[in-house]
Amino acid sequence: MSVVNDETANLSVSALGMVYEVPNGEPVEALNDVSFSLEQGRLLTLLGPSGCGKTTLLNILAGFLAPTSGTVTLGGSPITGPSQERGMVFQQGALFEWLRVSDNISFGPRMNGQRKRVSKPLVDQLLATVGLAGFDDKRVYELSGGMQQRVALARCLANDPKIILMDEPLGALDALTREKMQGLVLELWQNTGKTVVLVTHSVEEALYLGDQLFVMAPRPGRIERSYELPFAKIGLSTSPRELKASPEFIEKREEVLSLIWEMEEQIMGHEDGR
Amino acid sequence: MSTLRQRLFSRLSGSRFRTTSQGATQRKTVTFGDGSAVSSKVLISVASVLVLLVIWWAATHKWGLPDGFAEQAERADRTESPEGRFSETKLVRACKADPDCSYSQLFNHRTLPSPVNVLKAVNELSTDGWRQNTLQAHTWASLERVLIGLLLGVAVGVPIGLAMGLSSVLKSLFDPIVEGFRPIPPLAFVPLLIIWFGIGETSKVTLLFFAALWIMIIGARSGVLSVQLSKVHAAYSLGASRPQVLTRVILPNALPEILTAVRVSLGVCWGTLVAAEIVAATEGLGFMIWDAQKKLRMDVVVVGIIVIGVMGVLLDLVMRKLETLLIPWRGKG
Repeated sequence: MSVVNDETANLSVSALGMVYEVPNGEPVEALNDVSFSLEQGRLLTLLGPSGCGKTTLLNILAGFLAPTSGTVTLGGSPITGPSQERGMVFQQGALFEWLRVSDNISFGPRMNGQRKRVSKPLVDQLLATVGLAGFDDKRVYELSGGMQQRVALARCLANDPKIILMDEPLGALDALTREKMQGLVLELWQNTGKTVVLVTHSVEEALYLGDQLFVMAPRPGRIERSYELPFAKIGLSTSPRELKASPEFIEKREEVLSLIWEMEEQIMGHEDGR
Repeated sequence: MSTLRQRLFSRLSGSRFRTTSQGATQRKTVTFGDGSAVSSKVLISVASVLVLLVIWWAATHKWGLPDGFAEQAERADRTESPEGRFSETKLVRACKADPDCSYSQLFNHRTLPSPVNVLKAVNELSTDGWRQNTLQAHTWASLERVLIGLLLGVAVGVPIGLAMGLSSVLKSLFDPIVEGFRPIPPLAFVPLLIIWFGIGETSKVTLLFFAALWIMIIGARSGVLSVQLSKVHAAYSLGASRPQVLTRVILPNALPEILTAVRVSLGVCWGTLVAAEIVAATEGLGFMIWDAQKKLRMDVVVVGIIVIGVMGVLLDLVMRKLETLLIPWRGKG
């Protein structure tokens, strides 16, 4: 759709800090001086060991958490709370199980005053986009985990957000479904031209999906290294298996893995030293 | 294949599973300790009820005291003891003395009526009634009180419970009241309520309102607390306002627990009501059994007990049916 750079979708994060007060303990620095900017249409993946603040960062971007210091702006205006211009996809779908698939997808437009009848064509179109045409009347709990995540993606897209935030969206899926869904995420990203920020635990997924990758480190949570990656763009025209078996991919994967491995070792040492 | 026969078989053999998983259960080698392999066998359940009825019938009808014997023994008892008290030991003695009476024949219509007498009493109660009211009228009187009290309890309890799950101020405000009143059995309020409102409908409905209120508050509150945060987050990210989050996400999410609370309240109200009617009432099932006991009409008492039990089971069944209709998504979130 929109290929021209839309400056209102530019994300800017500067000197972000987040400190959690712990009762009867030292405060935990979940984020320390995190700064970056993300142009419209990029797909940023966040990777790192647990406790590195990647989910905290995503929650700040979504507006669910207010940072203790620093600023976040989208298209120049500061983020102060959740908004429909920032769509969310959660690990477990967070679908509304009391609604049918179609009503889940039209939830956003309906909250903004649109009649169910009016949103019908949009729902059908989105269902087709995520490969679930004809499933509009199903109950969400009748669907498999992968299908539920497809509904979650469609529900998020229904509001036409400027940016899509994904919190380990494929983390609960089995390996085969996960690979298929990675393809779908790439496809949606390419076809909609949306900015996407995706948190993942999987190195392979972070490399495959991200055209930019931040490897984050814990204590305090920070961006340890940033990578510009070619794989997401190649991935659109190449088969995922072929791409993931290519020497370039494997080389990058080992590099990132050893970086994370090192961090994990340090954490273990840190904990043993207590 | 005859599906009817298959279904009949699976009903009789008691398996809740259909063909495939039933086969899987049949092939299990470890069943002792596997809860899912324990199913209900309808035939055995029917047999257990029948055995109980037969024991009842045998003890009261077949081997029960001959007609008129109890009266005879009672009369003898009165002449023997000047206070005229009817004592079980005297009856036993009289029975021992009588060659026509065996020692085991101790049940009589004064202690436990036979099933036949109970059936006769059902007929009598539904046509002639007890104290100007038929059995149906007594049942309806009790049921009406329960439903009105429960409805009021739901109408007041659910909003308070939701508020307590949503606001720290309201939680702090209501917490001591709820926690303070909840452990008090509702029946403890009966003396006060009778002084305030008399023995009429108001005191009983108020009592049932209190019985249901605390359960409904706690059910609604825990319903709110069980809402997955990610669903609330998702709704806000989709542009929902606070009132929309309340009505479109929190309320449907809390509905299963609210309905469970209604079911529990219904059971508690039913039990409380019967006890309250025993204390003070002029109609209702509790009144009927208490009044009948005073007149030594044990057949009426037993009819009352059975109707109370059957109504309790029926109310629970209706609630279960409502749950499957209203919240098919229960436990599937």
